[in-house]
Amino acid sequence: MNPRRLFAIAFKETLQVWRDPRSLAIALLMPLMQMALLGYGVSLDIRRVPLCVYDQENSQTSRELVQRFVASKWFVVARVLSDERAVRDAMDRGTCIGAVTIPVNFSRILTTTGAASVQTVFDATDANTTTIAIGYAQGVIAQTTADFQARWAAAHGLRPQTVGGVDLEPRVWFNEGLDSRNFIIPGVVAVILGLVGAQLTSLTISREWERGTMEQLVSTPVTALEVMIGKLVPYFVIGLFDAAFCLCATAFWFQVPFRGSLGTLMLTTALFTLVVLGIGYLVSVRIRSQLGASQVALILTVMPINLLSGYTFPIDQMPAPIQAVTLVVYARYFVTILRAVFLKGSTIGDLAVPILALVLYAVAIIWIAARAFRKRLD
Amino acid sequence: MFDRLWAMLMKEFLELRRDRWAMFRLIVPLLIQVVAFGYAATFTVNHVATSVLDLDHSQASRGLVSHFVATGRFEVVDIAETQRQITRDLDTGRATVAIVIHAGFEQNLNNGRTAPLQVSVDGTNSNTALIALGYVSQIVAQFQAEQMANAWPAQAAAVSPSVSVLLQERPWFNAGLEDRWFFIPGVIGTLTLIQVVSLTAFAVVREREVGTLEQIMVSPIRPFEFILGKAVPFFLIGLGEVALITIFGVLWFHIPFVGSPLVMLLGASLFLLAALGLGLLLSTLSRTQQQAFALNFFVVNPLFILSGFAFPIAAMPRVLQWFTLINPLRYFLVIIRAEFLKGVGVDALWPDLSALALLGVGMFTLSILRFRKSLD
Repeated sequence: MNPRRLFAIAFKETLQVWRDPRSLAIALLMPLMQMALLGYGVSLDIRRVPLCVYDQENSQTSRELVQRFVASKWFVVARVLSDERAVRDAMDRGTCIGAVTIPVNFSRILTTTGAASVQTVFDATDANTTTIAIGYAQGVIAQTTADFQARWAAAHGLRPQTVGGVDLEPRVWFNEGLDSRNFIIPGVVAVILGLVGAQLTSLTISREWERGTMEQLVSTPVTALEVMIGKLVPYFVIGLFDAAFCLCATAFWFQVPFRGSLGTLMLTTALFTLVVLGIGYLVSVRIRSQLGASQVALILTVMPINLLSGYTFPIDQMPAPIQAVTLVVYARYFVTILRAVFLKGSTIGDLAVPILALVLYAVAIIWIAARAFRKRLD
Repeated sequence: MFDRLWAMLMKEFLELRRDRWAMFRLIVPLLIQVVAFGYAATFTVNHVATSVLDLDHSQASRGLVSHFVATGRFEVVDIAETQRQITRDLDTGRATVAIVIHAGFEQNLNNGRTAPLQVSVDGTNSNTALIALGYVSQIVAQFQAEQMANAWPAQAAAVSPSVSVLLQERPWFNAGLEDRWFFIPGVIGTLTLIQVVSLTAFAVVREREVGTLEQIMVSPIRPFEFILGKAVPFFLIGLGEVALITIFGVLWFHIPFVGSPLVMLLGASLFLLAALGLGLLLSTLSRTQQQAFALNFFVVNPLFILSGFAFPIAAMPRVLQWFTLINPLRYFLVIIRAEFLKGVGVDALWPDLSALALLGVGMFTLSILRFRKSLD
C-alpha cells in the first residue's frame, strides 16, 4: 500500500464527484429532500378521527355523550346524520372513519335497566387506524361510565367508590408522549443513509468502465486494494457529512430527544456507512453500466430497508420466515441502535449484539469487495 | 393514420418480444414485492414480550397474569425478581411491557380497597405502545369485573346496575382488522405507478439516447401517433399488472373482492393515463437514461409516501395534505380499496374518479404538448 497512490485515487475521485452534477445531487439534495419528505410525511399519529353522529334520541344525556367524544380531542364530528341509511352511505363514501348511533330510548334504558349501549361502526379498511380509534372510543366510553356512576352514587347519597378495584397506573417509557415522530425519524436516518450511500458508490467503478478510463486505471501501478480504499474514502466523508446532517435534523429540527452518548452514535454511524458504501462498491464492480449499477443498488436498498428493517413495521410481529430474512437486512441493526441511543440512552454494552452484527457485516462486505475487483479488462 | 399507428405498435411489441427476459423482469420483482408486503407489512400487536414482577404471589396476582397471557396479546418472557430487573428488561428491549404487582394486591382487593397495578410500556414504537395500552386497560377492566363478581357479589350487584354505558364496536369492511386487506390492494396502485412511470420514461429516453428517435421522426409518423404507439403497450402492461396482483391477492392472500371489476377497470385506466403522462413528461426532461432514473426517483418517491398507502393523509401536516390533492395515486388507492373491501359503485366514488380523470387527461395532454416541443 502506497500512501501517494492512495491519495491520488482519492483526489481523482473527489474531483470527479465535485464535477458530476448527478453525484452531487445524490449526495446533497437527496438527503435534504428525503429528510423533509419522510420526516413530515411519515406519521402514524391518529388524532381527530372524523366521526359521524346519528343521535336518534337527541336528549340531554345523548348530547352530553356526543360532546364527550368531541371533548376528548381524539374525534371530530364530520357530519350529523338523521337516518340509518345515511350511516351506510357515509361509510361507503369515506366521509368518516367511525359512526356513532345513539338509540332512541338511550337515556330511558340507562336509568331503568342501568346499562345502555352505544353502537359504533368503524370503517376498518385501514386496520391500524381503526384499532387505535376503537381504543380511543373505549376510553371515552369508560370515562363516561365512571362519571355517570359517580353522579348516580352522589344522587343516591353513596360514596363514589364503595368497592375498591384495580387501579391501573400505566407508564410509558422512553417516548412519553407516544409521538410517532420520535419512533420513525431516527429510523429515517438509516433509510436515507442506506439509500444515498449505496447510490453514490454504485457509480464509482461502473463509471470507469462506461467512460473507457478503466484501461488507464489498469495500466497505472495502483493495486486493487488501493483503488478500493482510495475510492471509498471520499464517499465515506460525504456519507458522514450526510449522516451528520440527518442526525442534526433529527435532534434539532424534529426535536427527537437525544439521551445516549455521542460516541456510540458516531461509532455506529461510521460502521453503518462503511457497510452501505461497501455494498454499493460491490455492485459497481459487478455491473459495468452506471445505470444498471444504480438500479441494482436501488433494488438492494429501498425495499429491504423500508419494509424489513423495522423502521415502520415491527419485526417481532412478522411471520418467522420473514423474521429470519430480516437478520441479513443490515439496516435493521442500525435502526435498533439509532432508536435505542436516541430514546433510551442505551450504552455500548446494551447494544453489544446489534453493534457486533454491524461489525461482522462491515468486515465481511469489505473483505468480499476487496477481492471482487481485479485489475483486468475482460 | 391507423396504418402508421399499427406499424408503430408492431415495432414496440416486437421489441418487447425479442427481449425474452422482459416479462420475467417485469413479473418476478412484482410478485416478490407483493408477497413481502403481504407478510411483512403489519401493525398488529400480538405476543408482546412482557416481563412480570409479582411481589404478591397470590391467587389474584397469578389470575391477573394469566388474564394477560390468555388473550394472546401478551407473552411472558421474563419472571423478574426485582424492580431493577424490570428496568433492565425494558432498557435492553428484552420486554416491551412490564407488569408490576405490588405486595398486598390480593388483600387490598378482598378488603375492598384499591389495589395499585403498575404497567410500564416501552413507548419507542408509539403505535405498538398505544395499541398495547388499550389492550392492557381492557384486560384489567375484565379482570376487575370478574373479581368483583366472585368476591363481592353483593357489592357488584349494587354497583353494576347503577349506570353504565357500553360500547358495541363493529369494524365494517374488514371485520378481522387484517392489515393485509389494507396493504395488498394498496400495493396494486403503488407498484403499477412505479413500474409504468419508469418503463415509459426509459423507453422514450432510450430511443433518444440510441438515436433511433431521429429515425422515427423523419418517417411519416406523426408525434401524436408516436406517443400513442409508445403508450398503448405500457397501458396494456399496466392493466395486466393490476389484474395480476388483484388475482394473486385474492387467491394467495384471500383478500375479498366485493366490488365491481368494471369500476376498478375504469379507475385503473384513468390512473394509467396519469402514470403514462408522468412518464412521458419525465422523458422530455431528461437527456440520458441516467437522468431519467434520478428524476424518476425524485418524483415517484414523494408520490408513494404522500399517497396514504401506509401513512394516513390525515396525520400529515396541512401543506403536505394539499400536495396529496394532485397525487393520482391517492385517488386510485381510495378506489381500489373501496372496490376490494366496500363494494361501492360510481355513485360513491365519483369525486375520486373525476379527480383521477382530470389528472389523467391533464397530465397526458401536458406531456404530449411538451413532447412535441422537445422534438424540435
